[in-house]
Amino acid sequence: MLNDFDKRLLNIIQSDIPLVSRPFAALAERLGADEGTVIDRLRFLRDNGFIRRIGPFFDSGRLGYVSTLVALAVEPDALPAVAAAVNAYPGVTHNYEREGKYNLWFALLSPHMAAQERVLAEVAGLPGIKRLLNLPATKKFKVNVRFTLE
Amino acid sequence: MLDDLDRKIIAALQDDLPLVPEPYKAVAERLGIGEAELLARLAGYRERGEMRRMGAVLRHREIGYAANALCAWQVPADRLDEVAAKMTASAAVTHCYARVPRDGWPYNFYIMLHGHTRAECSRLAAELAAELGLGEFVMLFSTKEWKKTSMRYFGEGER
Repeated sequence: MLNDFDKRLLNIIQSDIPLVSRPFAALAERLGADEGTVIDRLRFLRDNGFIRRIGPFFDSGRLGYVSTLVALAVEPDALPAVAAAVNAYPGVTHNYEREGKYNLWFALLSPHMAAQERVLAEVAGLPGIKRLLNLPATKKFKVNVRFTLE
Repeated sequence: MLDDLDRKIIAALQDDLPLVPEPYKAVAERLGIGEAELLARLAGYRERGEMRRMGAVLRHREIGYAANALCAWQVPADRLDEVAAKMTASAAVTHCYARVPRDGWPYNFYIMLHGHTRAECSRLAAELAAELGLGEFVMLFSTKEWKKTSMRYFGEGER
């Protein structure tokens, strides 16, 4: 279970890890702890599945990538095979089964539009696909996945 | 514009930041550059908005946020900014996009809602709908996670 220190650490670590030579010492100072404790707990939290990733998060558009959200209506029997085929594309970052007629939803990042079009054409041709909706964003208002632990 | 070294730096940082006292120095050594240069480039990415943050992503299920719903709404085009401002004020709303609607799928506005339970997500969506006078929306609860990874930019095999 998470102790109070872990929760305070997780609340802070989701925001900016300082871009300084010893960032964990800087975080430790804010938490009234020492650098070694912060590093040990982060290792524990990562190794036990509370932290998915520690690192920089980039704005894909500003790196030149094109992104879209894709909804698929898939025959239920074909879902596992379609999900596996979709997952195999490196640019697919999220792939969720959801309730409703469109039962598989994935996010796709591509280095350019031609690559995106190729993937979408390949996916649309998979056996068991009834319909594919390509839902590119026209405006991005918020991307901020942060949670408060109490 | 990003140069070759930027692309190498960004690719190298798709792995976890090493949990050692001087993590940037460790990454810089792997790249064959100095720590000061790496830190300066990272600060530049952040300044220009290429990097949103250096931080940790939590596994939301493990920390108690077990339910998530993609909510798709029909929002009049002239109300997009106003609706987005209200919705994104909620910490439970982690993503918010306007998207192209399609034939038979008229939703043009999406939020990702996170809650401890499905009931909490449903209540939040109903509150937002009532507050904003939006009737047309669907909640798409996830039933299975087939994949969730961080993007590996500038990776091998990218075409």
